[in-house]
Amino acid sequence: MSKKLIECEQLSVSFGAKPVLSNISMSVGAWEILSIIGPNGSGKTTLLRALIGAVPHIEGTINRSPDLSIGYVPQKLHIDQTLPMTVERFMNLPKKHSKASLVEALEMAGVPTLGKQQLMDLSGGQFQRVLLARALLGKPNLLILDEATQGLDHAGVADFYRQIADVKDSLGCGILMISHELHIVMRQTDRVICLNGNICCQGRPEVITDMPEYRNLFGLDQSEALYLHKPHAHHDDHYTHDENCEGGHHHV
Amino acid sequence: MFDDFLVRAVLASVGVALAAAPLGCFVVWRRMAYFGDATAHSAVLGIALSLSFSTPVFLGVLIVCMIMAITVSSLSERGIAMDTLLGVMSHSALAIGLVAVSFLSGVRIDLMSYLFGDILAVGKSDLFIIWGGAALVLVLAALRWNGLLLSTLNPDLALASGYKPKHEQLILTISLAIVVAVAIKTVGVLLIVAMLIIPAATARVLSSTPEMMAIVAGVLAISASLIGLRGSYVLDTPTGPTIISVCAILFVVVNLGYRLLPKKLRKGIS
Repeated sequence: MSKKLIECEQLSVSFGAKPVLSNISMSVGAWEILSIIGPNGSGKTTLLRALIGAVPHIEGTINRSPDLSIGYVPQKLHIDQTLPMTVERFMNLPKKHSKASLVEALEMAGVPTLGKQQLMDLSGGQFQRVLLARALLGKPNLLILDEATQGLDHAGVADFYRQIADVKDSLGCGILMISHELHIVMRQTDRVICLNGNICCQGRPEVITDMPEYRNLFGLDQSEALYLHKPHAHHDDHYTHDENCEGGHHHV
Repeated sequence: MFDDFLVRAVLASVGVALAAAPLGCFVVWRRMAYFGDATAHSAVLGIALSLSFSTPVFLGVLIVCMIMAITVSSLSERGIAMDTLLGVMSHSALAIGLVAVSFLSGVRIDLMSYLFGDILAVGKSDLFIIWGGAALVLVLAALRWNGLLLSTLNPDLALASGYKPKHEQLILTISLAIVVAVAIKTVGVLLIVAMLIIPAATARVLSSTPEMMAIVAGVLAISASLIGLRGSYVLDTPTGPTIISVCAILFVVVNLGYRLLPKKLRKGIS
């Protein structure tokens, strides 16, 4: 793997007495797309926030490359319709950028002509691209996306991931994202981390999809298919797996 | 020229309008209208307290409003339903304030002038306080504009850009208390929130950026104040309510006009 941009070792986070993340060791390098998947409440967003330094109390260490610059794409934003805001004005918030860099960022995100539009009038896909463009303004070498495709339809999600892959190729940045779209994640990503409080399994997507931990966590267990035919079959452990990764959250 | 009560009234209303416009935009964007009401209503308690301790009314109102605003925003973070909380706080503050005023048997006070404003009675020192407060609010808003705006748009984005949304919220809360305290003389406790919200809401359809909305709201608020002053003089009506009535008429006219415009022209405006 190429140069590590950010890496954490034995990272643990708890809110009050409740452990949210325990013992996370991971890293993101340049030129790679790393996806984090996991059920709701598995600590995905907390992990991202810890990595960007927004979680005050952590145990373990986070190492950042000295030249690390992060572009952050949030989950879908709600824009109050009482707030008038053009795409250009939004991109210049909080810091003003040159016209040329605005155009360049919008082009890279695949929405070169939207500058004068109101944010409110954008479609879901356009809006996410504008958020992506805004994150690209500082030419980041690590792009972090928190469920950036929430609310998009299937075609929209696929398009958005292609855009991300293009961005990676032209900027050479690393990409760390949270996603729920398992099928596309498996096609468009270099590595996958399967999270449920701790790391259940990680690796290349084709390896992950065969792992029992992954199948359990997402309710993809093959025994489910057997259930349909044998109603009295016990849902015994067909595999040995990490107990924490017994999910039963049917997300797909 | 400050000796003419009409000149003082004009200056006072322009000062209040200038401070109310940008703050009013944030009140609209963040849906803080009811919050503004609660803060304004607590001013009656402030009036009662300052009269009984014979301190300047402005100071008493400022302190009570600030306590109220900070209490409400910290309670709301503890997960109490916001509209219920505000309903309780807002009306309790008004009721307790009115009861407290009635205890002030030794002092003759004209309650109506506090509830609906008495702009023609603005004195030189009032003018000084109004413009001082307005300038402070404008400077705060201008200095922290981008942070306030980004926190209003989305607290997470603000955090990611190194701002602290809670600080920005506090700035707005303090500004709101200042505006309430300085606007009591002009439009009164019950109509302050109207002065904040109506010009901003009218400006919405005429604006394509937040800055434009704040400026248009300012122009509308000043126009409404001047027209209202003149109108109340000619028609012999109470000044504060007349100013707010003009605001309301402008709101209706602008919104109707906008809806009646052909679609093409609408796009051009907003």
